[in-house]
Order: sequence, then structure tokens, then C-alpha cells
Amino acid sequence: MSLEYTLRLADDALILGHRLSEWCGHGPILEQDIALTNTSLDHLGRARSLFQYAAEQFNNLPENEKKTAVTSVAIQNLVNTGNTLDEDDMAFLRDGWDFRNVLLVEQPNNDWAYTVARALYYDAFAFYFFSALQNSKETTLAAIAEKSLKEVTYHLRWSSEWVVRLGDGTEESRERMQTALNELWSFTGELFNMSDAEKEAALSGIGVDLASLQPKWMERIASVLQEATLEVPKGTWMQEGGKHGRHTEHLGYILAEMQFMQRTYPGMEW
Amino acid sequence: MTVHSFQEHFDSLIDREIAIEPKDWMPDDYRKTLIRQISQHAHSEIIGMLPEGNWITRAPSLRRKAVLLAKVQDEAGHGLYLYSAAETLGISRDEMYDQLHTGKAKYSSIFNYPTLTWADMGAIGWLVDGAAIMNQVPLCRTSYGPYARAMVRVCKEESFHQRQGFEIMLTLSKGSEVQRKMAQDALNRWWWPSLMMFGPPDAESPNTESSVRWRIKRFTNDELRQKFVDVTVEQAKVLGLEIPDKDLKWNEERGHYDFGKINWAEFYNVIKGNGPCNKQRLDARRKAWEDGQWVRDAAMAHAAKRKERSATKAA
Amino acid sequence: MTNDKLNKHEWPLWEVFIRSKAGLDHKHAGSLHAADAEMAIENARDVYTRRMEGVSIWVVESKNIHASDPGESASLYDPASDKIYRHPTFYDLPDEVKYM
Repeated sequence: MSLEYTLRLADDALILGHRLSEWCGHGPILEQDIALTNTSLDHLGRARSLFQYAAEQFNNLPENEKKTAVTSVAIQNLVNTGNTLDEDDMAFLRDGWDFRNVLLVEQPNNDWAYTVARALYYDAFAFYFFSALQNSKETTLAAIAEKSLKEVTYHLRWSSEWVVRLGDGTEESRERMQTALNELWSFTGELFNMSDAEKEAALSGIGVDLASLQPKWMERIASVLQEATLEVPKGTWMQEGGKHGRHTEHLGYILAEMQFMQRTYPGMEW
Repeated sequence: MTVHSFQEHFDSLIDREIAIEPKDWMPDDYRKTLIRQISQHAHSEIIGMLPEGNWITRAPSLRRKAVLLAKVQDEAGHGLYLYSAAETLGISRDEMYDQLHTGKAKYSSIFNYPTLTWADMGAIGWLVDGAAIMNQVPLCRTSYGPYARAMVRVCKEESFHQRQGFEIMLTLSKGSEVQRKMAQDALNRWWWPSLMMFGPPDAESPNTESSVRWRIKRFTNDELRQKFVDVTVEQAKVLGLEIPDKDLKWNEERGHYDFGKINWAEFYNVIKGNGPCNKQRLDARRKAWEDGQWVRDAAMAHAAKRKERSATKAA
Repeated sequence: MTNDKLNKHEWPLWEVFIRSKAGLDHKHAGSLHAADAEMAIENARDVYTRRMEGVSIWVVESKNIHASDPGESASLYDPASDKIYRHPTFYDLPDEVKYM
């Protein structure tokens, strides 16, 4: 179960890092182009640490469990030919239904306001999440959490400031910011809805009790939005599915692009 | 001081290799030439992000993805350092952007070629960055202080760029047949445009003479090009790849490689705007800039509001 | 486009000073654009400390820097050049005195 939990965290990091990397070269001003790329590199670095750990766990599974832990044909081919897996296999050879990231992180960048809204929702979650994960009984996860918390603290500062800037900026920016916050709102519930793997991880002291984070998260979001002179979105309907491998249509396109090299030219060193 | 003695003082600083600083008197030509050269260089970095940026989302491994992302980010940084250096000469970054977006300013025409396969990431790092470094290292001692300091920073950061490119080529050349094919194909497409990066032959290069005197340029186009060929041919041997030039031959007498004729018609044509990607590159930059306008405006509006509020509070 | 229109919205320019490690002075690293001081510090962090170049950052809006006039450098700096008695090497010490 720890493997599924690790992949769940890795996939968030990979997909969000991927989305942010799409801004590289297209940002609104050079300084922010550079800033966002730093954040993207942080997520990507975390994804790598987690995928390495996931691969290690996978390789230590009994043979029969390897057949069911990840079902994609490409991974099964490697298993059947006696190969061990590495970080790249985990990122590039799993199918969409194997991915466990929340729907929020796969949502498109659209404009700066969407990117900033997605970042605020996620960063506020990640801040409390990694604070708690530092106490994980799994020392690898605890170490990754400790490093990530430093990064995420800065990300949260960045996204909070931008939400305030755009909310309390011009008429246009205010409207765009509020719209983005509203439209992404329905993807925030899933952050705190625990899958079976998450429940089990929390119970065994490996993972974090997500439900306990929600009030703190809500308080933080409300305080940032208040400073930004914006409204907390009111919707109560929440989308979910990512944690169970049921994604929005966006993930398919992300994977088609991201996995194309490894899928087209299998088994090569790059 | 009279203009004449200002000029004498300036010349004597140049002759003694003492740096010229922003507030120093300088001849108009010097200022103009610098603004043109530094802003062109900055534009090249920014436009140069695009062909490689293409492959960030498709990089074949997580390690390569991180390296490429960091590299393209460095290019943004280099553009920023250079724009800042040019700004000390009395031109704003917005003005320089305007010159770029309206097609008035030039940038290195190499970035108007497309990146078609992953091997292009290798070829760009190895050849394009290799050529760029050869152009840039001498500029760390150029006469204009802010430019020289920016170049020191650029060159320091640039050294990993060429290495990561060569490493990609090496991995491909040691890989499968299709990977070697990919690497050779990339070399075939990037070789000649890389040679063109050093600019037209000395005989046709109008800016060379005064630029060399001002140490804005420290070697001529042809000198640098020859040096690049000599070094790169040896590296291609390590990779086991073939340079696409049937006239390439070691010349014992000169102690250099002779190489074939460069297609300058192509060079001038790409500069004129007729390269394979000129339009896409400029469109992408313009779009980023225009889409970012409301973001930049909002940040300024917010900063103004905050300033006003803290002034009211203080009063 | 007129110059006026061009510059209207441009984020102001800031000078960045970085302390590379505890115990050293802040040193000019370069400049950048930012809408306010907070953002200038963050941009400086992202632009100028990507390779662990710093532990502390100062930013100051470029327009607030007052500089000496290079045209007056003769009167400002040359008078110091004949006062070599300010430098320790001006004084002869017997060889037996090794550290002073």
C-alpha cells in the first residue's frame, strides 16, 4: 500500500511540474518566467525522488504482486522479461488509469489567473500536507517531506501574493482572478477525500489524515482571498476520480506528449 | 572638457583596456553599436528559449527534462542580464521588446530553424551553444563594463549547456541504430547554420573594424569560425558522426581544417525573415507579451494602491 | 508606439545586492524589474541565486541610487594617490618583527 501512496504523491508532483513547465518561454515577464520555472523544477525534483522510491518498492515486491501493482502493458512487459523498474518507467510507462494525481493539477494553464489559482489551492494543501508528512514513519517519505516543505513554503508565498495582486489590481485582473478561483473550486474537494490507500497509510502512521487538514486549508484560503478582496467560491459540488485513476480528458493529452519518446522508442537510454 | 578632449580621454581608456562605465562619456556610435549588439544578443537568448522549449514536455527521461528546463531557464536569465546591461545605456527593456516585436531588431538567425527530434536538443547544446561560447568568451573582456560583467555571468552558466548537449549526442551515438540516425540527422541540419552563427565573412562585415577597436568584438568572424570548425571536427570523431561537408579536409600548411563554401544566400534569406520558423518565433514572443499585459498592469496597479494606502496610514 | 506609451506600464528597475555567505558584504549582482520591493526580492532570489549564490538579498529601486560624476573623478580620487602613508606597506619594519 505504501507503493500506491508513494505513486499518488509522485503523480501530483509530476503532473503539476509538467503543467508549470509549459509556461517556460511564454510567461508575462522574464522575471516571472524564471520564477515559475524554479517552481516547476521543485515539483519535478520531488517527483523524481518519489518515483525512485516507488520503483525501489516495486522491485522488492513478490513476483505475483508485481503482476497486479501496475497493470500497464509496457510495465508488464518489463516485469515479464525480468527487468527492474526505475523512475522513468514509473513516469513514462504507466497508463492513464494508473495515475493517481488529483484532478486539480492536470487542469490546463489557461491564463496567469488560472495558473495562480491552481497554485494557491494546491500550495496551501501541500504546505499543511508536508508539514504533517514530516512525521511519517517511513523515513524516506519523512525526508522528502522535510525538503519539500521548504520549497512549498515559498510556492505558497508566491501564489498567495499573486492572488492578492490580481484580486486587488485592475478591474480586469480582479474579474479574471475570481473566475479562475470559481472554476477550479470544484477540484479542491478531492484534495481531502481519502482513498483507501490514503486511509490505510494514515492509520499506519505512514501517511497523513487529510480530513484534519481541511479546516486549516480553508482558513488559509479565506484569509488570502480576503486580502485580495475576492469572494470564497460558494459551490459545494466537488469533482473527484483522480485518486482512483479516473481522470479528466486533459490527462490523456499530457501523457501522449510526455510519454511519446519512451513509448515510441522503447528500452533505450537517453 | 571639449568634445575633442572627451574623445581623447575615451580613446585612452580604450587603449589602456580600462572599462567604460555607464556614466562615462562615450561617442554616440559606440553607444549605438553597443545597444544594437547587446539587445540583439538578449533577443537571441529569449527567442532561443523557444526551439528548445518545444521539447521540455517531451523530454525522454526525467533527468533530461530537469536539465533542459534548467537550461532554457538559464537562457531567460541570460536575456535578463543582457537587457539590464543595455538598459544602462539609456534604452528601456520595453523599447527593446518593441523593436523585436515589430521586426526592427535582429536576433541570431539560428533560432529560426525547427527542432524536429530529440537529437536536436543535443545538437543545439553541442553546436549552437558551442559556437555561442566561442563568440562570448572574448566578450567577458569587452570594453563596456556592464556588458563584460553580464558576459562573465553568462559564460559561467553557459558551460554546462554545451556539456549537456554533447552528453545527449554521445548517448545517442552509443545507442541504437535509430538513435544514431537521429543524431546524424540533427548534425546534418544544424552544422551549416552553426557556422553561419559567426556572421558574414570578414570582407563583407561592415561593423568589424570599429568593433574590434572598441573590444566589442575581439576576434573577427572568420577567425572564430575557423576555431570552431577545428575544435568541433575532433569532437565529431569522438561521437563517430560525419560532418556533412565533403570539402572538409585537414590543411597541414595552415594548421587548420579547410571547409566547404557556406550558403550565404540562405543566411541572408533567413535574416530577411524567410527562415523556416521566423514567423512562429516572433508570433510566440508577441503572444506571450500581449497576453501578459493585463498581468503586468495588475501588478503595477496593486503596487500603486499599496503605496497609496501606506501613505494615507502614515499621514 | 510613442516612448510615453511604451514606458507607462513598465515595472520599475531595481538593483540587486547579494551577500554570498555570512560574514561577507553585500555585493552588486545585477538588476531586474519588479512591481514592488517584495517582488523585487523574490525575483532576485529566482534570478540571481539559482546556483546557491546568496544567503541575503538587498534591493533598491535604481532611481534612488545617487552616483558620483565620472567627470569629477580627478578631483574626487586623485588627491588620495599621494597619501601613501595611509597604507601599511609605507612603513619599514625590521625583519625580526614578523607579524604586525
